[in-house]
Amino acid sequence: MSPRPGFVLEVDHSTPSTLFWHGEGYRLEQLPVGSRVLYAPEPVDALADPVGAIRRALDEPLGDAAPLRSQLRPGMQLTIAFDDVSLPLPPMRRPDARQLVIEQVLELAAEAGVDDVVLIAALALHRRMTDAELRHALGDRIFDAFAPHGLLWQHDAEDPDQLVHLGLTDQGEDVEINKRAATSDLLVYVNINLVAMDGGHKSVATGLASYKSLRHHHNAHTMAQSRSFMDQHRSELHSSNWRMGRLIAASGVKVFQIETNLNTDTFPEQFRFLQRREWEWTARDRAAFLASSTALGATPSRIARSIFHSIRAPHKMSSVQAGEVEAVHARTTENVYAQQLLEVDGQSDILTMGLPYICPYNVNSIMNPILVACLGLGYFFNMYRGQPLVRAGGVVIMSHPTPWAFHPGHHPSYIDFFEQVLAETTDPAEIGKYEESFATDPWYIHLYRTGNAYHGVHPFYMWYWCAHALEHVGAVIVVGGERAAVRRLGFKPASSMADALEMATDVVGRDPSITHLHSPPLLMADVQ
Amino acid sequence: MKGLVFERNLPRFAASRLVSVVGGSGRGVGVGPLRLTDVDPPELPGPQWHRVHPLLAGICGSDLSTVDGRSSRYFEDVVSFPFVPGHEVVGTLDDTDERVVIEPVLGCVPRAVVPPCPACAEGRTGGCERVAFGHLAPGLQIGFCRDTGGGWSAGGLVAHDAQLHAVPDALSDDDAVMVEPTACAVHAAVAARVEAGDTVAILGAGTLGLCTVAALTYLTRPATLLVGAKYAHQQRLAEELGADVVVVPGQLARAVRRRSRSLEASHTLTGGCDVVIDCVGSDESLAQALAMVRPRGRVVLVGMPGRVSLDLASLWHREVTVTGAYAYGIEDTGGLLRRTFDLSMEVVAAKGLGRLVSARYPIDRFEEALAHAGAAGRRGAVKVVFDLRARERHRGAGTDTKGPVP
Repeated sequence: MSPRPGFVLEVDHSTPSTLFWHGEGYRLEQLPVGSRVLYAPEPVDALADPVGAIRRALDEPLGDAAPLRSQLRPGMQLTIAFDDVSLPLPPMRRPDARQLVIEQVLELAAEAGVDDVVLIAALALHRRMTDAELRHALGDRIFDAFAPHGLLWQHDAEDPDQLVHLGLTDQGEDVEINKRAATSDLLVYVNINLVAMDGGHKSVATGLASYKSLRHHHNAHTMAQSRSFMDQHRSELHSSNWRMGRLIAASGVKVFQIETNLNTDTFPEQFRFLQRREWEWTARDRAAFLASSTALGATPSRIARSIFHSIRAPHKMSSVQAGEVEAVHARTTENVYAQQLLEVDGQSDILTMGLPYICPYNVNSIMNPILVACLGLGYFFNMYRGQPLVRAGGVVIMSHPTPWAFHPGHHPSYIDFFEQVLAETTDPAEIGKYEESFATDPWYIHLYRTGNAYHGVHPFYMWYWCAHALEHVGAVIVVGGERAAVRRLGFKPASSMADALEMATDVVGRDPSITHLHSPPLLMADVQ
Repeated sequence: MKGLVFERNLPRFAASRLVSVVGGSGRGVGVGPLRLTDVDPPELPGPQWHRVHPLLAGICGSDLSTVDGRSSRYFEDVVSFPFVPGHEVVGTLDDTDERVVIEPVLGCVPRAVVPPCPACAEGRTGGCERVAFGHLAPGLQIGFCRDTGGGWSAGGLVAHDAQLHAVPDALSDDDAVMVEPTACAVHAAVAARVEAGDTVAILGAGTLGLCTVAALTYLTRPATLLVGAKYAHQQRLAEELGADVVVVPGQLARAVRRRSRSLEASHTLTGGCDVVIDCVGSDESLAQALAMVRPRGRVVLVGMPGRVSLDLASLWHREVTVTGAYAYGIEDTGGLLRRTFDLSMEVVAAKGLGRLVSARYPIDRFEEALAHAGAAGRRGAVKVVFDLRARERHRGAGTDTKGPVP
């Protein structure tokens, strides 16, 4: 039986309460009659034989690429770059898609007698992965074969000896990427595509780039002009990456792109109710909801966080394609849309969303207030094609506890950004004046290079990710958030959804139309 | 005349300490050695002495330490019991009705020590070597000496010519009562030896911290002045008085690190501020100061410390200078020698420091006043004072410029 498509529910008097994520917990909210609730399509079927599919993809590449095995020869230099810990969410059960793909690539390389192989985690300015995270992504065999010999690298965007400047795009954008990747005879990039923003030229042009390169598209202007950054054809973020990717190709860098789609089967059996439609909850779902919400309510947040971060998602690979970057990505994007798109008729005055405990930048970490903003106004708000789910001047209501809490090891510059920059201004265009000083701060650079810290400039990127939403909406309200933290973000705190809806009427008027973006699973609204 | 007297009574001293530890500063007054009683005006010790009728008398951090039983035993030999506290005083001279503020240090001149000690000979009365000697009972200041009385008494006090400073008409009583604490801040600002372009951090934004912000920005030109202030009203005042960056104390080290672009090792900045001025004087504040001052930088202790436990390894390794800044005397401001109190009056006038007076109490409500002062930050206050002007109004000499007692 094929998975059911997405569904737009109109709330009536018989509609049960709607589940909202609320950080390391969830809430049931009774939305007003007439509200729309957007339910994602059900997860697509997994590949029955993922290894076979990978081998086929490598042998029958898309675009003008030759089969991978024909590009491998003794004495060549091969670099395999792969997406980092920010994907997938939550981390998937073993074996990870990267492991499955890289094992096949390495097998072909071994058959061809390729000796000089280096693996590179494409961190861009993300934090370095821990050994445990690398082992999880690559599997024990690969990790043990490469890491002890210094052949498993993590891209270091601050090591001038590891970077090469390939030139400027026709828009004057610097293209500076990892030297080993750029100078290898072949660069194989192994990606995981969870949302439409991922992959394509962005994999190499962003994942293996330096700050000098990234600043051309990771800025307030570009992000405000990306409407949305989940829609490649209307995204200035992608236009810039595509220009850079083409320059990389024109510079002679041979990229063999391997992209995987995962299905949206996000949570294991005990949390299955999270991705079921509430009126279809079984007695077991209700019991699981009650038991887990009661237990979580009595659990200190630190322990609740560690429980949730130990979840391994049952995501399965649903397709894999390889070959020339643009041809591969076109297929990948089709697959993402096929799984996630939901047609929605028009915008509403208010968009509500429940925000979970995790986003791409706090895997095994704390969801700090800046990441809360980024997840809501960056990712969820931008999960649209056509036009935003909320009208210009409308209100976004997010549900999250938003604690004033940071992981000092992972997000040191976030703390200073929150305390010092956001205390002065929350305007994405304004904060740019502080960017350089954070980006070049020697302490942040030290922690990025030697610890597990995000780069000093990273909180700026998170705020730029919100630029489009902040420009578009009239107000942002956070339900159940820590008031001081919510206010520092420039948002309004509300103690309940009812209060938030009441507060929103000050902005959008009485009897507003309301749309709730239900998740999980992920969905992308095709707003007509 | 009613006045507050502090007696030597060890059981009450211990009881006060216990209650203040449990209930908070200023809460142990009821069981402590401070009592409201009839106080006779003190005798004039000599021909150059005058009786002063207090108008306003401030409650200082050192007063609270004494009342709470927290003050260091170091002071045992330089005070004499029983004494009337109160050394932040604006009053009127009994003989001329002139409004004066008191420079309370009891140096060689008031003590009639001849020849004066080297410090007093140079005008550095705060460094007087004879505060326990001479023809007066021991007492480093008026307000800690049995013979002089203090500001917390309607019966008044006595002060030597050398200790009197006429108050210009332009200064209100509230301004004038801030002259003494501001003089301490002026002395600290000079002791900090701030050079143009320096980064300076001030820990604490109570009375002394805020006065130091005012004095520093009036007398020196730091490139950046950062202040750690716990409460919202303190933060607002610190900004108004000229601080460039005001954050809660827990954020101060990070703010300093960002501006100095320093690294960190062993919970200490590798660079940091040129000068840190500690207006708190606790173990924590001293440790914080040492962690954020640059190598060969300077830490100035303005808040009165007692016995503290501190790891001095970083001080040794980074060759940090730690210096105290007590009281006042003569200041060298770019080669020009000026009395600290004269500079202080300028700072008070220029910065409008009378605004720091938050509450005024009559002397018979001393328990409320001390509890208020002990919780000043939490209660949105800065300086709490005793208002003794009722007697003066009765004499037709009232100069009240602000509202009534709270």
